[in-house]
Amino acid sequence: MSDKKKPTDLSIWLGLSDNTFTRQKTVKFGDATAVNSGRFYSILAVVLLFAAWIIASVFNLVEPFFWPTIDGTWDRFIKLVTEGFRNVPLWEHVGISVYRVLSGVFFGTLVGVPLGFAMGLSPVGRGIFDPIVEFMRPIPPLALIPLIILWFGIDEFAKIFLLFLASLFIMTIAAWAGVSSVRISKVHAAYSLGASKFQILRHVILPNALPEIFTGLRTSMGVCWGTVVAAELVAANKGLGSMIMIAKNFLQTDTVVIGIIIIGLIGYAIEMLMRRLERWLIPWKGKG
Amino acid sequence: MAGIVIDGLSMVYTLPGGGDVHALNDVSLDIKQGEIVTVLGPSGCGKTTLLNIIAGFLSPTEGEIRLGDKPVTGPGAERGMVFQQGALFEWLTVEKNVAFGPRMAGKPAAETAEKVEYLLDIVGLQGFGEKPVYQLSGGMQQRVALARCLANDPDVILMDEPLGALDALTREKMQGLVLKLWKETGKTILLITHSVEEALILGERLIVMAPRPGRIEKEFRLPFPDEALVKPAREVKAGAQFVETREEILSMIWDMEEEIMGQSDEPQV
Repeated sequence: MSDKKKPTDLSIWLGLSDNTFTRQKTVKFGDATAVNSGRFYSILAVVLLFAAWIIASVFNLVEPFFWPTIDGTWDRFIKLVTEGFRNVPLWEHVGISVYRVLSGVFFGTLVGVPLGFAMGLSPVGRGIFDPIVEFMRPIPPLALIPLIILWFGIDEFAKIFLLFLASLFIMTIAAWAGVSSVRISKVHAAYSLGASKFQILRHVILPNALPEIFTGLRTSMGVCWGTVVAAELVAANKGLGSMIMIAKNFLQTDTVVIGIIIIGLIGYAIEMLMRRLERWLIPWKGKG
Repeated sequence: MAGIVIDGLSMVYTLPGGGDVHALNDVSLDIKQGEIVTVLGPSGCGKTTLLNIIAGFLSPTEGEIRLGDKPVTGPGAERGMVFQQGALFEWLTVEKNVAFGPRMAGKPAAETAEKVEYLLDIVGLQGFGEKPVYQLSGGMQQRVALARCLANDPDVILMDEPLGALDALTREKMQGLVLKLWKETGKTILLITHSVEEALILGERLIVMAPRPGRIEKEFRLPFPDEALVKPAREVKAGAQFVETREEILSMIWDMEEEIMGQSDEPQV
């Protein structure tokens, strides 16, 4: 036994000491699995950023017009929670943005997955949708806003329709990729076990495509979250995007900063939630 | 229950750039009900094409396959298939994989559950029913594939290098299992392999195929499967007749490979 001191659990957790697995490795530089979490430095980085903000606030180093003080921001946050922004409570701004994203992704999936399946399973489906999907794919959803305003105005339907389009093509391509990725031996095996075409679709092709569809769903959520905020910047009177845009007009930098922080946190939460769901719903991913 | 009649089978692939490849040329073979037949040959001899035609995944250029007196026109549940690897449904548990065929046919769930339990027992997987298949080793996965095929009670079992991806020790064990299943179920089995030893120990009849064009080169009638059922397989494999036949076939295949290497890579026209 070596007489080296055993590191504590805390120092392993913080990433200051190697764990039992990486400790045995002599080659660490260049081996990504031997790079530990470095959590101590993550904490340090966040603490330093906050410290800088506190110091700047205490000594009035930055003009509040450019960046608010930390205590002023906190007060504003309490006010937004209790009184709301322009008579709309903060949670309603957050809620409406999330609702728009979920509706857009829901309808995009509802239409996109069958389209992707049609493209992967039938020459007619592929022929019809291939040029449309390939043409629409590189167009950023934001470029469609003017047209959608001309068609549907700026009401709720217009926003959800935009998000529907944003997720539609992602979901179509994801479902198509899922169908195309099925190993022919699985399909052959199912036919040899007496399955009908419909049963193969339902019991082989669909479950086989689920991991790809879920990856599409994750991408879709991310893209739609970005799109909803941008769309609300252009035309809306509720939602996080509109909140920060209107706050800008009143030179309320603190509200703008709070909005940006919430947008970041929710985007992060969506991604984490989707990863959890994926591990829970599709444990066989990548194991075929 | 019925045997398989392979009648004057030819398969010609046309290459995109013009020219034809004769994957199979006038192959005829009569497999009786309950026989276990192995097919051996160098790569490119058309053995997988032959199996895919019998399974009904490919339609031959000429000739036909008959099961009893019914011509084969597509895949069907009376011809079960065991693949080399990756044909299990990884989203289902072991028992749901095995139950797949009866479930698709709409058999009563209780009856199927009983059958699944019985089959898992036979292939040595009792207690593994609720595991996801991706948690099993390669050898255990092939046991699931065998059980899944048997659950459907097919007349004929087609095996496309079912043990090809396994390590040597697991492979020998699984050969014993295939023999045991053959004996106990009395199924007609056609097995394709790259391994001469495997073809000898598992074949009452061993068909050696030759490439360019794919054809039957020679057929052997062998006592080894029956011997391996009553004494240890290692002992059978060490016997004088086994070794002699193995060397004969090996040198035959060796010569074919040499011949291929000598030829140009141009496809035959």
